[in-house]
Amino acid sequence: MTSISLRDDAPTPAAAATAGVLPAAPRAPARSLLRRLLANGGVRIGGVLLAAMLLLAVAAPWLGTIDPNAMDPANSHLPPGARAEFTTLAGDSFDRFFPLGTDSMGRDLWSRTAYGARISLSVGVAVALGSVAFGLVVGMVAGYFRRLDGVIMRVMDGMMAIPGILFAIVLVAVWRPSLLTVILAIVVPETPRVARLVRSVVLSVREEPYVEAAVALDTPTWKLMLRHILPNTVAPLIVQGTFICAAAMLVEAVMSFLGIGLPSEVPTWGNIMSEGRTHFTSHPSTVLLPGLFLALTVLAVNMLGDGLRDALDPKFKARGG
Amino acid sequence: MTSTPSTTSAAPCLVVRDLAIDLPAGADRAHAVHGISFDVMPGQVVCLLGESGSGKSVIAQAAMGLLPASLRPSAGRIEVQGEDVLAASPARLRALRGARMAMVFQEPMTALNPVMRCGAQVDEILAEHTTLGAGARRARVLAIFERVRLPEPQRIYDAYPHQLSGGQRQRIVIAIALILRPALLICDEPTTALDVTTQAEILALIREMQQENGTAVLFITHDFGVVADIADQVVVLQLGRQVESGPKDEVLRRPKEAYTRMLLDAVPRLAPVLRAPIDAQAPLLDARGVGKVYRTGSWPGKRRTVHAAADVSLKLHAGETVGIVGESGSGKSTVARCIARLIEPTDGDIRVPGIEGSRGAQRSAFRRMVQVVFQDPNRSLNPRRTVGQSIVEGPVNFGVPHAKAWQRAEELMALVRLQPEVLHRYPSEFSGGQRQRLCIARALACEPRVLIADEAVSALDVSVQDQILKLLAEIQQRLSIGILFITHDLRVASQICDRLIVMHKGRIVEEGSAHDVLLSPREAYTRTLLAAAPGQGYAFGAG
Repeated sequence: MTSISLRDDAPTPAAAATAGVLPAAPRAPARSLLRRLLANGGVRIGGVLLAAMLLLAVAAPWLGTIDPNAMDPANSHLPPGARAEFTTLAGDSFDRFFPLGTDSMGRDLWSRTAYGARISLSVGVAVALGSVAFGLVVGMVAGYFRRLDGVIMRVMDGMMAIPGILFAIVLVAVWRPSLLTVILAIVVPETPRVARLVRSVVLSVREEPYVEAAVALDTPTWKLMLRHILPNTVAPLIVQGTFICAAAMLVEAVMSFLGIGLPSEVPTWGNIMSEGRTHFTSHPSTVLLPGLFLALTVLAVNMLGDGLRDALDPKFKARGG
Repeated sequence: MTSTPSTTSAAPCLVVRDLAIDLPAGADRAHAVHGISFDVMPGQVVCLLGESGSGKSVIAQAAMGLLPASLRPSAGRIEVQGEDVLAASPARLRALRGARMAMVFQEPMTALNPVMRCGAQVDEILAEHTTLGAGARRARVLAIFERVRLPEPQRIYDAYPHQLSGGQRQRIVIAIALILRPALLICDEPTTALDVTTQAEILALIREMQQENGTAVLFITHDFGVVADIADQVVVLQLGRQVESGPKDEVLRRPKEAYTRMLLDAVPRLAPVLRAPIDAQAPLLDARGVGKVYRTGSWPGKRRTVHAAADVSLKLHAGETVGIVGESGSGKSTVARCIARLIEPTDGDIRVPGIEGSRGAQRSAFRRMVQVVFQDPNRSLNPRRTVGQSIVEGPVNFGVPHAKAWQRAEELMALVRLQPEVLHRYPSEFSGGQRQRLCIARALACEPRVLIADEAVSALDVSVQDQILKLLAEIQQRLSIGILFITHDLRVASQICDRLIVMHKGRIVEEGSAHDVLLSPREAYTRTLLAAAPGQGYAFGAG
């Protein structure tokens, strides 16, 4: 094939008469994504609250905590704000202020709650990442390769039919209870939901003329999916991810509370509440205080998700911008 | 002209005086429209004519009291039969709409409620505004269905909108608008979404209903042909400003303003242009007996077989433009997609010299030779990739090193008259016409021999359309590529094509040189198409 030179020939008289080089439109001041996100109240409040929880989780050892499993039966059921002499089982003794009081075994609730944030947040983030990753792959394949769609989505429907808690009980019964088991037990029922979402987005994006144009340019399928389809699924996925994160933290707490989650000595918010349940009428703070942390974290994540949905939704963008 | 309310027939039905409507802060201009003044007399059709962004629809919305909350009238007044609409309360506006003024929208499918039967949607108006009983209302609905020439009014009364054709749906919308015999009818591009033959019928119907009832009509359009057919008075708008107004013949034949003249010159004429003869060497593209059959439905449901295209054969030579014209559903786009190998044809054979077969590397080579420019420039560039990334994608796929592809993209920018720096920007920063230039550059970046333009200028304003057509002609002359030009618009086809193929219901009805097909059509369908083209008898286009 002969290459066509565009360079050496001068514009024809007709061309010169039509117009000179068109000036491009003046560059619009790009409103950065970050600024648009920060303009949203939900993102701001949720973000700050979540950042505080993250700080609590990461900096737990330096926030006036002691070993969350250290117990002193003599100091059981101290009220919030009490000060007492704490003697560990090893015999070390020190004077300590208990901001949230102690549980029935005399363990410091503040320390347990602070360390519990680590479990809750890591379960939430790991489940969100895991189910988004699996769901993304499955949904892209199902949405793009129409022949596989029927088979894949029926399998996903089957997975959705399994009750999450029941599946978790089976999994924990088969394997020993561990963080990984818990995460897996929540990822599996969440994955089909992500897959359905991604599939629906892919189904509409693949009909866009720019995808057809890319096919006409002989773009390989993997490039087509990675460059032209994947970027358009990101916004709904981020939003879905935050909701999964919030739901996963709740499910983890429920599992611990029911005794099918992590072993009871591990300080998770669910375990703390479970332990306090038996003494709820006399000492409600052992259930309510970790519950408050859980509620605040879930609220923060949900607010962040709502805000992201509003900010990332094209309908809220400035027209033509 | 005075604007005092009066009951004599000489008083205008709609008065617009010094109307200004503000755009929200941060828009590209301060006013959606300003300084707009015109009257519509009973029994008169006034056309608001303008390109996209001229503010013509905003005026219609203001007159109906349907302005979005972000737009505020800041000066002037709009009076319908002497009553100020801008000052009317929401309750008063509701009473006025339907009874005194009514509107026909562009897209009949979205203007109708998809889950309500058509009869019930007309009945709703009567139930709201009259005290008639159910039986009397039904009789009136059936009578108006008869009047707007809907076949089998009884059946249509019980039909849902999706069961009707586009023209029938628009007739329902017109029936809804006219059933209370309003004094003012506002039509916002009522025929833009319709085929040309349907458009001619709907225009005739609007004209007829208007003469029968003495209705004042405010007709909004961007199409000069439609204006020529229906208008008494014309108001030309540009970017929210009233450029010129006057009787139709005055404005269309002796325009006073340069802008109007420019627009008129840009309208393609419905006559073949003289084009250099084509050397009849070996064709660049040879399609034989191409057919595409769609089978829908699966067991145990009903199976349907749709012949989207059947037995389509065409040849395209270097430097030649072949036009495929037809109405929606004629199969012209299916043929284009088959030829571009975007869909696999069920029958037939598409040959390009030097390429055998349609799989793997051969298909890749084929795609390099045959490139496509799509209809909607707003959606055919990936919004998340820079223009440059989109343009070099093709050459890189065909093995050209990235740096070389980029250099070529910069050269192409000169060809489509954009600055090379624009390659770093995103599609949202460009106008529709500029985006279509970019799409042409993207197609040319692959160095194709054949360019398929699938309704490539249909979504553009007439002045931009003119520029793109000239650009395509110039590119063809310089690169001697063959262009397959798919369009529903005979005017556009007549300006650029050497040969024309007329398609109807998936088959070729007539083909021949543009000259023969346009001036001495052999087939009845071609003659119908030509007769339906609006604006005949007006010599548009630059001499």
